[in-house]
Amino acid sequence: MSFFKVDNLGIRFGGVVAVDKVSFEVKRGECYTIIGPNGAGKTTIFNLIGLLYPATSGRIFLEDRELTGFSPHQVADLGIARTFQNIELFEHATVLQNLLIGRHRHRKTSLWQELIFTGATRRAELAQREAVEKVIDFLDLAKVRDSLVAGLPYGVRKVVELGRALATEPKLLLLDEPSSGLNPEETDDMAFWIEDIKRHLGVTVLMVEHDMNLVSRVSDRVLALNLGSAIAEGTPAEVQAHPAVIEAYLGKAA
Amino acid sequence: MRFLFKTGYAQDLRLFKHGGQVFWYGLLVALLLAAPFAVGEYGMSQLHFILIYSIVGLGLMLLVGFTGQISLGHAAFLAVGAYTEALLQARGLPFFVSLPVAALLSGALGWVLGLPALRLKGTYLAIATLAFNIIVEEVTARWEGLTGGNSGLHLKPIEMFGIDFGGDASFYYLCLALTVLSILALMNLLRSPTGRAFVAIRDSEISASCMGVNLATYKTMSFALSAAFTGIAGALYAHKVSFISPEQFTLLQSIELITIVILGGVGFIHGAVLGAAFVIVLPQLISIAKDYLPSNIAGSGLQAVVFGLVLIGFIIFEPLGLYGRWLKVRTWFELFPFYRRGMFRRQKSYMKSERLK
Repeated sequence: MSFFKVDNLGIRFGGVVAVDKVSFEVKRGECYTIIGPNGAGKTTIFNLIGLLYPATSGRIFLEDRELTGFSPHQVADLGIARTFQNIELFEHATVLQNLLIGRHRHRKTSLWQELIFTGATRRAELAQREAVEKVIDFLDLAKVRDSLVAGLPYGVRKVVELGRALATEPKLLLLDEPSSGLNPEETDDMAFWIEDIKRHLGVTVLMVEHDMNLVSRVSDRVLALNLGSAIAEGTPAEVQAHPAVIEAYLGKAA
Repeated sequence: MRFLFKTGYAQDLRLFKHGGQVFWYGLLVALLLAAPFAVGEYGMSQLHFILIYSIVGLGLMLLVGFTGQISLGHAAFLAVGAYTEALLQARGLPFFVSLPVAALLSGALGWVLGLPALRLKGTYLAIATLAFNIIVEEVTARWEGLTGGNSGLHLKPIEMFGIDFGGDASFYYLCLALTVLSILALMNLLRSPTGRAFVAIRDSEISASCMGVNLATYKTMSFALSAAFTGIAGALYAHKVSFISPEQFTLLQSIELITIVILGGVGFIHGAVLGAAFVIVLPQLISIAKDYLPSNIAGSGLQAVVFGLVLIGFIIFEPLGLYGRWLKVRTWFELFPFYRRGMFRRQKSYMKSERLK
């Protein structure tokens, strides 16, 4: 049984082939990274996995279950969580509330129970809070717990978004450029957290990243894309040395 | 300034966060309970309207302030509530049956209106709801067999469990009880998963959906709940004015209702009540002012002009509304002398390039 598999995935927007017959497999417990120059189709693959775009061709499987046919909100229920390249937090809510929304797929109460806030609702809320506090501890977010996201600096927001994805207790975590906009120190923290997520929480990570330093540090395997097609796959060192990858980034030697 | 020392997660679930809140809200409730003994007939009538409009305000706040959807058609739900109540009362059903039915019918219609909201946003949604308002207005005017058309319907005072709610005080307590229950329901909702899902939709639909929030379910649910609140208010409204006809539920009424949430402060429960009070009291102030104004200014259009100016003024100078202003004043006192002008300025949010829809 494969854990997560993308088979022959493709999408075209009119005449533009954004992703062209990409196939890869992610093993349980590894960190798999997709790299590639701008416009290679990395984020598009994430949006295809999240079913935000309908794929033109190909299939996606999580634990041998096909994703096609589900709606975007059901992807979270299946155990896939993601972060966004440009941060999509709930701006006018506190960090705590943002993380609690991550618990949405674990909700147990009905609307009627919530309207009168029954004992069951109270117990459920306390349980959700405890689950969220674990994430807060893990990512060291305690000091901003009650701050509005709208007032937080970029680096902290990035961590909050990671926390929100973790709060869903995913099987597979999609990170879209976790280090973009972070300073070297924050990137370093991010690397530690990704390693911890992999090792201690046992969550499989699928990541899009540009910072090769971070990539080599945390990834087990790397897939290089260019213009929508896969050009190389292997360990970070192998991919970095691959002639097709060098050509995609730097151009052909004269 | 008060600092809360937190010792348990249950503390964050409390409706009242500290003793000060218990005291002030307790005092407010006590004053409201004592009002019939101190306020004259005219004042009581104003209080009735403020409470009824507060319930509408709460419903609209849920939709506009917490779910981020716009509606210019809430007068239609007010109409559905009012007409349901009038028709059921005429058939001899008691209030405790007809009120839930009014809420349910409005809610069902709200659910129907929520369906276009799944595809429309902003201005387009506003126009769809506006059209809905006009449809309901036309139906109530034309369906004479049911609604009495333009000649309207009369209502008798409410009578329940042998108590006559036709009196100023008894009707007031009924309105007050329903308003308090509505506030509690909304507060409960906002501290539970459903309320959080609404807020998530307001702030970012795309990531709400990626967190497992079913946009279709929650948007229609928000419309339905908002309409149900408005239906309850409609039933009370019908009894308050004791005669209803289609021209009470026009587009202008809808605009007045949306004014409640904008003036009160979008995104605050307090805003709904403050806005309702403001919208009811302002016309009274205008009519008092008319006595001192030259007759060519004090025409019938004065109220519309003042309302328009106030609305524009708030949107430009105090987008957080009356409650936002109060927060600023309170913070000024709490932090004296360290208050800064820019404290409540909204920070420009980081660019979002990943808008997919």
